[in-house]
Amino acid sequence: MLGTGIIKGLVETARNFTGSYHDPARLTTVQYPEEKHPLPENARNFPFLVHDGDDPEKGLRCVACLICEKECPPQCIYIVAERDEKGKVIRHPKLFDIDISVCMSCQICLEVCPFDAIKMDTEFELSKHGRFEDLLLHKQQLAKSNDYYRQIHPTEAAEVDARLAEAKAKQTAKVTPAKPVGQASSLSQSQSPAAPPAPAVPA
Amino acid sequence: MNSDSLGPALADTPAKFQLTPKDSDTGELDGDLLEVSMGPHHPSTHGVFRMDVVLDGERIVKLKPVFGYLHRNHEKIAEGTSYLASIPYTDRLDYFNSMTNNWAYCLSVEKLAGLQVPERAEYIRVITAELSRLQNHASLLGFLMHDMGTMGTPLMYAFREREKILDLFESLSGSRMMCNYHRFGGCRVDLPPGWLDAAKKVVTEFPRFLDEFENLLTTNEIVMARSQGVGVLPKELAVNASVTGPMLRASGVNYDIRKVDCYGIYERFPFRVPLGDHGDVYDRYMLRILEMRESLKILEPALRDIPDGPIVDPKAKQRGLKPKPGEAYGRIEAPKGELGFYLISDGSTNPYRYRVRPPSLINLTILEDMCLGHTVADAVIVLGSVDIVLGEVDR
Repeated sequence: MLGTGIIKGLVETARNFTGSYHDPARLTTVQYPEEKHPLPENARNFPFLVHDGDDPEKGLRCVACLICEKECPPQCIYIVAERDEKGKVIRHPKLFDIDISVCMSCQICLEVCPFDAIKMDTEFELSKHGRFEDLLLHKQQLAKSNDYYRQIHPTEAAEVDARLAEAKAKQTAKVTPAKPVGQASSLSQSQSPAAPPAPAVPA
Repeated sequence: MNSDSLGPALADTPAKFQLTPKDSDTGELDGDLLEVSMGPHHPSTHGVFRMDVVLDGERIVKLKPVFGYLHRNHEKIAEGTSYLASIPYTDRLDYFNSMTNNWAYCLSVEKLAGLQVPERAEYIRVITAELSRLQNHASLLGFLMHDMGTMGTPLMYAFREREKILDLFESLSGSRMMCNYHRFGGCRVDLPPGWLDAAKKVVTEFPRFLDEFENLLTTNEIVMARSQGVGVLPKELAVNASVTGPMLRASGVNYDIRKVDCYGIYERFPFRVPLGDHGDVYDRYMLRILEMRESLKILEPALRDIPDGPIVDPKAKQRGLKPKPGEAYGRIEAPKGELGFYLISDGSTNPYRYRVRPPSLINLTILEDMCLGHTVADAVIVLGSVDIVLGEVDR
């Protein structure tokens, strides 16, 4: 009979309408600014720089190796390495800018970074007044503590911490045999700052 | 032209309506025909796409698709950048199905560099691709119905389901649409704990949505009246124009790359290839519903049998990959059709030539043949049933 299909469809609509009052499967929206869906742990938005300890400047893990700058698909990272008085490059960034109006959140920088220095943030409410200057993030805005990283990506951060601790243990093991035999055990780590600055791991 | 001569001509052969001799001689319109530019900012064109339509009254006598408004130089950018850095750009081709885009690109790089994919990664690839197909078809049908004038109800139901699948993608890859998940020789990260159970839940609940959707629309008289016999694509024309995907199968040609090429591990799963009979808009609607049901048949065993193990070939180098000189073409059955990547390597870190075979663009080439003789309102749903994404058409 003509019209049965339409009536069948309307019944379905009515079921959804009434269901939206009592069935959570049919009412999936939330009132956004007041309520929020929890973010999954893997969520990513824009990159930030991890620093160890309390000082966001000294604690930066970044060594200005420029790998992420080269690999970044939209070329939104700009790095200048620090130099000492003699003009020799120090393994520390003088400038580290990310233009988040260009960044496409692909996390290639994170994958290629050999020092676990750059990670993805989850913050997404980032509207700003300035269209260009406010969206160009400098080192100061990008630096966030390792504790923050542990908070937003707990599983991943635990893996990274373990990996860095292992790397450090290996390095100290490598450094130790080079010392005179009798003194090896008595030397503390603080006496070997000449070694390549491995990212420090907080205890 | 007086009204006497126009009357019988319209009544007799509306489908074959041609320009009158006078018009085609001068190449100009004399007032009987109306040229309309539909788009580029028209809600029915699914993006920035324009149709130059010549109308006789309400009937279309000529239609020229115009695209290029979203051209982003994807292929040239990829030739200037490393193999790895192209993966996030492939997300942005067909932005509904970043997972399948990644897979097609990684497949051709793997062919080029001779990489193997571990078992677990193959399963993950099949799972993500089929989930991607589910959400693509669901949202496409929503859009198609929206074009027909259902004012959003089926679209909202479809998006409710799509949301669940996007949540899965987000918890897996970190991003809802721009997943950037597949890598050369495997996948980027392993499945997070509890992901498989969440995916199983989505898959078991999906048939309920499909039944609901079908109750709503399949036997709806208005949908049938609007779509049956509209935009017929004959078998021969579909094959000659190298149309692929659901468009081709709705015309009755049994060609599914998952069956023909058996890439990945598709030969392990029992699924059938649904075929259409008439090749009209209704067949394309129905075929996508059936394809979703078949996708569920792939997903259930895949989610059940997925083995443990590594997710990426340890020999595969992601950064600074330098394949030996040569060429490769990797293709997969993307939700929209045959998506292929053709790569030529000259041994350096970036491809010498990079070419995408976009299903949306090639499926769009027969738009005029499907629309001639129909009304403007029909052209809108014919375009909707082609399933285009302008990110892929223009690249």
